Amino acid sequence: MTTTDLSTTGRAQRQRRRLGDVLFAAGAQGSGILILAILAGVAAFLILQSFDSLAANQANFLTSSEWDANTREEPSFGVAALAFGTVLAAAIALVLATPVAIGIALFIVFYAPRRIAAILGYLVDLLAAIPSVVYGLWGIGWLVVQLAPFYAWLETYFGWIPLFAGPVSTTGRTMLSAGIVLAVMILPIITAMTRDVFLQVPQSHREAALALGATRWEMIRMAVLPFGRPGIIGGAMLGLGRALGETMAVAMILSPSLVISWFLLQSGNQTIAAHIALQYPEATGYGVSALIAAGLVLFAITLAVNMVARFVVSRRKEFA
Amino acid sequence: MSATKLSAPEKTVPPRPLAPSLGAKPLPALFPPTLLAGVALVAAGLLYALGWWNPAVWAIVTAVGYMVLITAASALIENRRKAKDRLVTAIVYTCFGIAMVPLVSLLWTVLSKGLVRLDGYFLTVSMNGVTPSMDAGGAYHAILGTLLMTLMAALISVPIGLMTAIYLVEYGQGRLKRAITFFVDVMTGIPSIVAGLFVVALWILLFGPGKTNGAAGAISLSVLMIPVVVRSCEEMLRLVPNELREASYALGVPKWLTVVKVVLPTAIAGLTTGVMLALARVIGETAPLILTAGSSAVAINANLFEGQMMSLPVFIYSQVRMGGVINYERAWAGALTLIIIVMLLFLAARLVSHFFAPKTR
Repeated sequence: MTTTDLSTTGRAQRQRRRLGDVLFAAGAQGSGILILAILAGVAAFLILQSFDSLAANQANFLTSSEWDANTREEPSFGVAALAFGTVLAAAIALVLATPVAIGIALFIVFYAPRRIAAILGYLVDLLAAIPSVVYGLWGIGWLVVQLAPFYAWLETYFGWIPLFAGPVSTTGRTMLSAGIVLAVMILPIITAMTRDVFLQVPQSHREAALALGATRWEMIRMAVLPFGRPGIIGGAMLGLGRALGETMAVAMILSPSLVISWFLLQSGNQTIAAHIALQYPEATGYGVSALIAAGLVLFAITLAVNMVARFVVSRRKEFA
Repeated sequence: MSATKLSAPEKTVPPRPLAPSLGAKPLPALFPPTLLAGVALVAAGLLYALGWWNPAVWAIVTAVGYMVLITAASALIENRRKAKDRLVTAIVYTCFGIAMVPLVSLLWTVLSKGLVRLDGYFLTVSMNGVTPSMDAGGAYHAILGTLLMTLMAALISVPIGLMTAIYLVEYGQGRLKRAITFFVDVMTGIPSIVAGLFVVALWILLFGPGKTNGAAGAISLSVLMIPVVVRSCEEMLRLVPNELREASYALGVPKWLTVVKVVLPTAIAGLTTGVMLALARVIGETAPLILTAGSSAVAINANLFEGQMMSLPVFIYSQVRMGGVINYERAWAGALTLIIIVMLLFLAARLVSHFFAPKTR
């Protein structure tokens, strides 16, 4: 008798509690699902709104480079040059930033005096706090002026390398300038990721290497870098994703043109994100829809890069 | 027996080096800094004499010269392995120096050029009726717009982000939890301009083409803010010790009350810090706002749901696009204002986490 009594009151209590619990749990789970829905919504709405112009497009969207979409009759536009510019700018940024970021991470974790290491790390994080529009302003108001003579020098002595062929842009508003600013912007991202992995290197591995008589560099090469490689790759890819989608710095610095050009010191090229920001205020006719289509391409590229990056990073966690 | 056998050779080892390569006399500790100073002086003198003086060139010549000399000296006096180690040390220090160049020059440029125009007038006057090259006008409308849109973005994203974090830490399991974790990470990587386009597409569907207002801007900002809030809140909730939850359950407190009354208050300092850092991240966003809130508003507009709304980042951008001297002055002043706001948020976040963090043993 007593046992049934206990169980019924228990059940009653549990049910009374459950209402609050159920609501709260549902709310929490609902928020999570809402996030997935937003992400799906981003893709769905972009696809939906780009149909309009893609159906009317006279040119091949993926292989054409022209952009004549601000009309109601026979628009013709394509993202070939834009996609090329996007990848080129991000590649320059990645090539410049990754080695420096690894160096900084090594400095903060293994070289800097213990007491000030945290502060120095904070200084690098500060780079991530600066808004991109300020980077753009700094780039066009200060950096390109400093870089212009350097470009002239580069062309004089290294002009035989096709990348640096002249005639050099006198304003310095070139692909290389945009790439340099992007490199500064992704530096803290790659550094943070790399630093985190370096900190996770087991103390015993490092001490074992040092105990065998290794110098600090040999310890890093043998114990730290092999362990940290997935983190470095993941961090670099996160930086790449950021550089691919960065808008303002490129929109403000680069003097654009819709051509596919390998000449980093001449004005020209354009990225998808900057093109959207520059064109949107003047877009009419199929213009908005065409820009949304371009944005869809950017979304697909960054999504792929980020997913691979997260996959690489999360795989490391499993092994660590 | 064995102890004495082992201890005997140990005593004889220390006085004599193990191997010639390890025992070679190292360079004195003061040698590298002295060499660096010497190289810097010589490089400066040389560049002056040749008439090529330029701070950047001087830094590069100094760094390369030091690397060559320290490696050579170490290779001659110590050994090749140590030489390599010293070379890498120099390279690693240089890497950090390279990162400081943009930071210092950016902050210095913004400060020196921004102070020209940043005053009470600039902060309290809008651009209404000001022609681009007129020596007047300020950023009040932009600051107001930034604060309003960021506030609304926070009101949208903090509840969603916090509840998702609670789900991930307290409730989630299995595939849904893994999917949410993964896609929140992926969502952090969405380009800001795509978030803007998403709201543009949504707005066209809901209200027809060409509608721009502050609410659209706020929603595009919250798309960018939600994943940041989730990540930081999740981390903070994980730090709450499980003993607290178990003690609460043992007293018969339902799970949701445990979360609300025990877990959240314990983590409140961290949560506040996380939200403030997320705010600092989105307050500088420009691209989505150009698309959603418009880039040509000049008058004060405090209504989020009607008419274009200017924001500080878009203000900077549109002034740069106009391209005149005074426009650039306004842009620099705007940039300084923006950086000050971001830094204040960072500082506040630090202070909150410093003073309100629960005392741990």
